[in-house]
Amino acid sequence: MDRKVFFKGRALPALFLLPQLAVTLVFFIWPAAQAVWQSLLQQDAFGLATEFVGLENFAEVVADPAWRGAAANTAVFASSVAFLALAVALFLAVQADKSIRGAHIYRTLLIWPYAVAPAIAAVLWLFLFHPSIGLIGRALNAAGVAWNYQLNGNQAMLLVVVASAWKQVSYNFIFFLAGLQSIPKSVLEAAAIDGARPLRRFWTVVFPLLSPTTFFLLVVNLVYAFFDTFGVIHALTKGGPGKATETLIYKVYVDGVDNLNLGSSAAQSVILMVLVIALTAVQFRFVERRVHY
Amino acid sequence: MLRRHLAAAAVAVLALAGLGRPALAQPAPVEIQFWHGLPQPLGGLLEKIVADFNASQPKYRVVPTFRGTYPETMVGAVAAFRSSTAPHIVQMYEVGTGTMLAAGRAIRPVHELLSGTGVTIDFNDYLPPVRGYYQAADGRQMSMPFNSSTAVMFYNKDLFQRAGLDPNTPPKTWQEVEAAARKLKEAGISCPMTTSWPAWIQVEQTLAMHNQPLATQANGFRGLNAEMRLAGPLMVRHMQNLVEWQRQGLFRYGGRDAAADGLFPSGECAMAFASSGLRARIIREGRFQWGTAMLPYYGDVAGAPRNSIIGGASFWVMNKGPNAGATGGRSAEEWRGVAEFFRYIASPEVDAKWHQDTGYVPVRRASYEVARRAGYYQQNAGADVAIEQLLRGGAATDNSRGIRLGGYVEIRTIIQEEMEKAFQAQQSAQQAMEAANTRANVVLRNFERQNARAAQ
Repeated sequence: MDRKVFFKGRALPALFLLPQLAVTLVFFIWPAAQAVWQSLLQQDAFGLATEFVGLENFAEVVADPAWRGAAANTAVFASSVAFLALAVALFLAVQADKSIRGAHIYRTLLIWPYAVAPAIAAVLWLFLFHPSIGLIGRALNAAGVAWNYQLNGNQAMLLVVVASAWKQVSYNFIFFLAGLQSIPKSVLEAAAIDGARPLRRFWTVVFPLLSPTTFFLLVVNLVYAFFDTFGVIHALTKGGPGKATETLIYKVYVDGVDNLNLGSSAAQSVILMVLVIALTAVQFRFVERRVHY
Repeated sequence: MLRRHLAAAAVAVLALAGLGRPALAQPAPVEIQFWHGLPQPLGGLLEKIVADFNASQPKYRVVPTFRGTYPETMVGAVAAFRSSTAPHIVQMYEVGTGTMLAAGRAIRPVHELLSGTGVTIDFNDYLPPVRGYYQAADGRQMSMPFNSSTAVMFYNKDLFQRAGLDPNTPPKTWQEVEAAARKLKEAGISCPMTTSWPAWIQVEQTLAMHNQPLATQANGFRGLNAEMRLAGPLMVRHMQNLVEWQRQGLFRYGGRDAAADGLFPSGECAMAFASSGLRARIIREGRFQWGTAMLPYYGDVAGAPRNSIIGGASFWVMNKGPNAGATGGRSAEEWRGVAEFFRYIASPEVDAKWHQDTGYVPVRRASYEVARRAGYYQQNAGADVAIEQLLRGGAATDNSRGIRLGGYVEIRTIIQEEMEKAFQAQQSAQQAMEAANTRANVVLRNFERQNARAAQ
């Protein structure tokens, strides 16, 4: 029996689609269009004098060494965060998948960090690594390591990468664990009978079967590193020292909110939008080919 | 939150009691929207003043709203103005002054508000660096000064004693500071000195106190075409000293803005250059004897030292929106209410109490007198250092009046970024100040272009 429902005419289906379309329009398309429009203008903060400048804002942004620096920082930052978060989560998930005592508690604890807001997470890391009030920061200095992320750009980058990755590990962990549990035991047993050792079983059987999950997480993690790490950077380093931890999204905020340079900020956000769309498209085009569903 | 409710309830009760007749018989009070950027506990104290004003008269009701940090409050006010829902009054930090002034139709200058409503406030009684910061070049008052601070030096008397220094004679000049820092270091103190607000204190204050320009056109007071003067001999010399002292372990860079504030109350640093407002925290957290002194200066520079400049915020009166016309989109009664509120907060008693409760400086000489007569400075030694420093040298000069540069928030960040690169030894002090100068000029030119027409 065919239970498919058909609607006659076009009005009713359009009506059902309307709420979703309205939400998309109001909360996504409209602001994005506004950003695109703003990116073509030079305007004072209060919007009293407006000058249409075409693509001048874009030309200025791309020629700005500070923006290029931020782009380079973002490349380092996003790839490190995604790699670190994925690798650690996969390792932990594989461990949690084994039959160990208290696996439930272990799993629950691992999920907790995801519930911590980015700014709070950053403050927790601050309390650990601040050179003069942080527990670990002080210990490092006492041990003779010159730890001062407020003046050492590499240390600052390391800190924001680790703090951001830490936030994302739990999310990845859940997906990896679910992925691992859906791998049929028979496949692994067959490999074991064929004489494959655990490490080989992991790389030749488990990892390929996990690839849909890994691919999905890679996309999600990169988007996370591009957009959602603002809170961590804002609370820990404010883009400093110098401009060592200023990423593209942080620069959009600083130029728009602190500096009230709306044209440049809008142009940067449009570039960022295009960049992430392109990155995701590339991933689907090239990386997905290697994924086995 | 609870406190706010209590305050509102208290206002309601007082208002009812004060009227002496049923509230229903009264016309509803005129509402004045007031956005501020002070977090607790300061925000609560500010809202208490507002509640007292509301209770003092039945005609106007000022509604205070906390809108986040100063930059967030500013962005909120900008967005509200663009959609014609601007508040009547918005609190804006001092570095936003240039941006607000260039906003032309967005704001109603205080002198205009007062002449339009017939309310008078004696601005001549205000401390020169306070009123000057918020005046046009010709002396007309543009915004209403309120919470103002300046930078001072705090020093740890216990650590001074341990290093064999006299705890009752703090160093006055940078040469003496350096000598004291060496002794402190020899005595095994890991952080002889640090600074909060590196751009405000080590650059802006240093230049003002030595009567040297931060920018041309009287630090921007005379026009949008000002150019930065960050790489002059004094500034380069001072930056070289700081970098050298940092290398030798005499000075510790503690981060941007207020990030280094904690290093002094914790007892870690022996000398700290910080906002006079840090006083309250030191009282609360410091477990040692400490003193307050004026900021150091270079004794061999002619004309130094003179007054320091202020920080803090002032109140701006805003028109409702871009298309509000000559009335600003408000009724005469609303303007009158804003002016009455300003007259209330300008009263020496209110100002003196605010000063004593919060650690901000009194903005009027009369309030300073009120606090002195109440014996406040006898009980709180050093609380008057900031005020004396602001009054030093008489009327403020073009270089010590304050800063009137557009996009100055960004410029402060630029200065701090370049300083950080110098402290990391990525560039010399000279290069740092030159790079900051170049980058800051780009900001000024962009601002000039965006605002040249808006200001007309």
